[in-house]
Amino acid sequence: MRQKYILRSSATAARLLGGEMMIMSVADSTFFTLNEVATLIWQAADGCTSLDAIVTRICDQFDVDREQAERDVEQFVDALCQHGILLLSENPAADLAPVLQAQL
Amino acid sequence: MSLLAQMNQKALELGVPISVHLDITYRCNERCVHCYLEHDDLGEMTGSEIRDLLGQLSEVGVFFLTLSGGEVLMRRDFFEIAEHARRLCFNVKVKTNGAMIREKEARRMVELGIEQVQISVYSHRPEVHDAITKLPGSFKKTVEAIRFLRAQGLKVTLSNVLMTANLADSTGTHALAKELGVQYTLDPTVTPKMDGDISILSLRAPASELDKVFRNQDLVGDVEAFCAPPASPDEGVMDGYPCSAGHTACYISPYGDVFPCVQFPLPSGNVRRQKFIDIWQNSRELKEVRSIRARDLPTCSSCAHVGTCTRCPGLAYMEGNMRGPSTADCEKSFRRTGIPSANMLKRASGSLTSLVQIRPQAPIH
Repeated sequence: MRQKYILRSSATAARLLGGEMMIMSVADSTFFTLNEVATLIWQAADGCTSLDAIVTRICDQFDVDREQAERDVEQFVDALCQHGILLLSENPAADLAPVLQAQL
Repeated sequence: MSLLAQMNQKALELGVPISVHLDITYRCNERCVHCYLEHDDLGEMTGSEIRDLLGQLSEVGVFFLTLSGGEVLMRRDFFEIAEHARRLCFNVKVKTNGAMIREKEARRMVELGIEQVQISVYSHRPEVHDAITKLPGSFKKTVEAIRFLRAQGLKVTLSNVLMTANLADSTGTHALAKELGVQYTLDPTVTPKMDGDISILSLRAPASELDKVFRNQDLVGDVEAFCAPPASPDEGVMDGYPCSAGHTACYISPYGDVFPCVQFPLPSGNVRRQKFIDIWQNSRELKEVRSIRARDLPTCSSCAHVGTCTRCPGLAYMEGNMRGPSTADCEKSFRRTGIPSANMLKRASGSLTSLVQIRPQAPIH
């Protein structure tokens, strides 16, 4: 997997409820809930932690092989990026900031 | 069950207040004839107190935060409060009359990620709206505000209250909402003032007007289903609770007083004296509200409408008994279905006393 970084869009509302993350896009009011693994990805999406490192965390904490985890993470990130609630970059957070501003 | 309903159910099971309505001021630039508030500032929370409170609310799991008033923009630090709320990842909805929102304020709301703005408009005719708000020129400013917000792409709801002063204007106001490209809600409820004064109830729309509202497809959707006679209540209904007030939602006044709901003036604690979590978990009043099930309601449990009535426990409380009927909702159930409520039948037989004025109890800690 190439080095990529994800950052939570600030155009979202989010709260943890009983282990599940609730997320609402303020742009279109789309409402999501994330399971435990997806919540881990969301919480790690600080723009500085690489996807590679996030996959490693998942493999450490859940019973899943790396190949499967990589596929799942990629799928999840694609879906949330399409809704504009995750921002993806090949560079760490400093380079994502202008993208974030433009989205607001 | 929708995803949102599932999360509400989960919040209920976990005892999490998923929604909080926070009035940050009672001050207002309008003096609406039907308003239930007193507008003097009796010592509202400072910006620092509100930021601390927001931190507490975030920690206990509040997700939906409504910032309201009074007029929120009467506070010079409104945007600082909203910014702090958004930094804490709340889903923020703002209720306002819009009169102080120009292009700059609209842009700021979008930048902050406010999810929705609800604006009160009482008529499509300026003279009727302005007579209700008692602020000359308010209609023009409010409609301009809606246009500014829409131009920025913000979701706006035009919120109308049906009352004697605007009976003829509901359809025109709805058409205005369509023209502005915003959602429309019409509430036929005028509530007593928070101090128990019921004089403004004389502004309530006459019952015959409810007939029209309930048979307006644009407002209620499937009229036949909406006005259908109530089905017999099952055990689930009898074990159910009336609404989210005190269960997954509550209201906090600008002075830090906590109530089950904005329409339920039962003082349950004050965040200036206690942590919010202590009030939410331990308040005797909130525990009492939570303990009430439909089967515990002396009149309503035997009513045909028990499973479908919009009975508001707060309005019932203001009538003297939180376990009693809310006569405004009895009227609505009757007007919707043509079937009188148990309370109406009792009243017809002369066994019920008239409305009493409420004197809110002192908080018990």
